[in-house]
Amino acid sequence: MSAPNLKIEDLRVSIEDKEIIKGLDLEINGGEIHAIMGPNGTGKSTLSAALMGHPKYEVTSGKVTFNGEDLLEMEVDERAQAGLFLAMQYPSEVSGITNADFLRSAINAKREEGDEISLMKFIRELDKKMDHLEMDNAFAHRYLNEGFSGGEKKRNEILQMMMLEPKLAILDEIDSGLDIDALKVVAKGVNEMRSPDFGCLIITHYQRLLNYITPDKVHVMMQGRIVKSGGPELAQRLEAEGYDWIKEELGIKDETVGQEA
Amino acid sequence: MSVDTSLRFDKDYVNGFSSSRQEPAWLQELRLQALELAQNLPMPKPDKTKIDKWNFTDFKHEATGNAVAFNELPEDVKALIGSEEDAKNVLVIHNGTPVYFALEQEVKDQGVIYTDLLTAAKEHEDLVKKYIMKAVAVDENRLTALHATLFLNGAFLYVPKNVELSAPIQAVYYQDNEAALFNHVILAAEDNSSVTYVENYLSTNDNTESAANIVSEVYAGAGAKVVYGAVDNLAKGMTTYVNRRGSAEKDARIEWALGQFNDGNTVSDNTTHLIGDGSFTDTKTVTIGRGDQKQNFVAQIFNHGKHSEGYILTHGVMKDNASSIFNGITKIEHGATKSHGEQTERVLMLSEKARGDANPILLIDEDDVTAGHAASVGRIDPLQMFYLMSRGISKAEAERLIIHGFLAPVVSQMPLESVKNRLVEVIERKVR
Ligand SMILES: Nc1ncnc2c1ncn2[C@@H]1O[C@H](COP(=O)(O)OP(=O)(O)OP(=O)(O)O)[C@@H](O)[C@H]1O
Ligand SMILES: [Mg+2]
Repeated sequence: MSAPNLKIEDLRVSIEDKEIIKGLDLEINGGEIHAIMGPNGTGKSTLSAALMGHPKYEVTSGKVTFNGEDLLEMEVDERAQAGLFLAMQYPSEVSGITNADFLRSAINAKREEGDEISLMKFIRELDKKMDHLEMDNAFAHRYLNEGFSGGEKKRNEILQMMMLEPKLAILDEIDSGLDIDALKVVAKGVNEMRSPDFGCLIITHYQRLLNYITPDKVHVMMQGRIVKSGGPELAQRLEAEGYDWIKEELGIKDETVGQEA
Repeated sequence: MSVDTSLRFDKDYVNGFSSSRQEPAWLQELRLQALELAQNLPMPKPDKTKIDKWNFTDFKHEATGNAVAFNELPEDVKALIGSEEDAKNVLVIHNGTPVYFALEQEVKDQGVIYTDLLTAAKEHEDLVKKYIMKAVAVDENRLTALHATLFLNGAFLYVPKNVELSAPIQAVYYQDNEAALFNHVILAAEDNSSVTYVENYLSTNDNTESAANIVSEVYAGAGAKVVYGAVDNLAKGMTTYVNRRGSAEKDARIEWALGQFNDGNTVSDNTTHLIGDGSFTDTKTVTIGRGDQKQNFVAQIFNHGKHSEGYILTHGVMKDNASSIFNGITKIEHGATKSHGEQTERVLMLSEKARGDANPILLIDEDDVTAGHAASVGRIDPLQMFYLMSRGISKAEAERLIIHGFLAPVVSQMPLESVKNRLVEVIERKVR
């Protein structure tokens, strides 16, 4: 398996004719963990949704390749098949489909017909990963995310990631709504995946998660762009001082999308 | 398409048809009276569905099946009833002719009568006369009259007082080509008895036009419990008019579990009269419409008795160009104090061109009652689709999962494991 590579060049994304991402560049390789931080409404979720192919977000220009292939040409399911994963900030609830049935369908979607994962093997894997995430087995048989608490949904996103073993995962605020124990468990899950064959983009508001998952690079997003990049120490400074110093440094008055520097 | 049947079916025809089957005189008489009505009565008028161009009358009216041994039954039919050892109480009717039958000695010994309707009409005249065309009247409309004139056969199931049958009684009605499906089922459960009956309708006429005109009459005596499961799976060429009616005496229960999966145009009426005090009915329906088919479903409960309770739960999925009307009617009659009615109709539309219309109707002529309803018509949530597809699941598979999920609350509550499994199977086939 070759190390993954995600390359974003001058990406612009609109929603309902409003431009949200305004020329964004980013490259993530296997083995690397990147963190994106940034105030509310600066386009972080928009970036992740657009990369996954959310139907509402329109890519108006720019280029994104995933392992050398044009990501933007692919359907949503093809992106996932190619190894991209998005842990969503607000995962959907789907009634009537158990978590386990859903996961099995997702695993089998990646396999050839006739080569479906055996039920035994699936259950073994699922039990193992759920243990790892300290999830009660009952969650396997509940309907997908239905009635899950905020923290349970996040844990379930990580469970899916671990079961599907993507090459590159985008985790959009995976830490929000998690108590400190859950945060450690989720971090354990991500660290478990760490390898030269796995890249990760973590979107977060808090340095806290990065105490458990040390990033290689930290980026700050404002006005639909990456305005500053650095190492883990950047996250620490943001935690301590907030964003004002960056805004001052760059002469930004309003960091949200729609305002020009 | 003409609805004028007088050209094809006249008095001579009906006399000849009835005589050739050695029917008793009373049945021949019933048919002749019905024929007259069929020539004069208007067609049924299902709410918001135009049926004047539907084919209810163009079919081959013949009983042409041949008796077979168990292992000669078609695979589709065997799949429905299980192995010969499992299928201990089963009647199979092919093109209007009983072709396979089994009934356990133990069941017979309790006085249960289960046989094809024509045999019952000859051997149990008084019983059949007591029930036939009573819950559904001959003179309701042209099609009920036509049914009485021309029904080919069906099933007669009689459960005596206090007899509780644990094993389900099964029936399969299957049909080829242009053969008419005019089937009549009578299920009479006497006081304090208990019985489960499961029927499957099948046909192969995807490309051949024919008509089904089906009547089921269910009678639950005081304290009796009837579970009635049905899976309709008639092919595209079949135009169906089906009436399933029940009547429940004091403290009786009728539970309907209906999978309505015809591929052709269908008008379906499921009505229960809660006659006795404390009687109860629960009618659960799942359906999937596809292609260009048009369907009209009525689920209807009349509360006559005090403390009577009626529940309706319907979930329907509409694909392609399919369109359906779902009317739920709860009618609480004056004097039915302390009774309760509740209904839910939910419709999921999968395509822009699909149409679904859910109408919960509460008609209440008594103050001292409780009633409630819920209805919704919606489309697949694009966010759910995105979520499922973002895990690598294809669009088709994601839709399949969402449909199963949408129907699951009804399917999972179906009273019988065999019906449940059969429903999942048919749903699976229809959503592919
Ligand atoms: N579906 C939508 N319709 C209209 N505006 C939208 C939509 N989605 C996002 N936006 C707008 O785009 C901007 C960026 O939103 P986005 O969700 O990407 O921000 P974010 O950086 O993830 O914020 P947060 O930190 O609060 O999660 C916001 O102004 C938001 O209101
Ligand atoms: Mg966000």
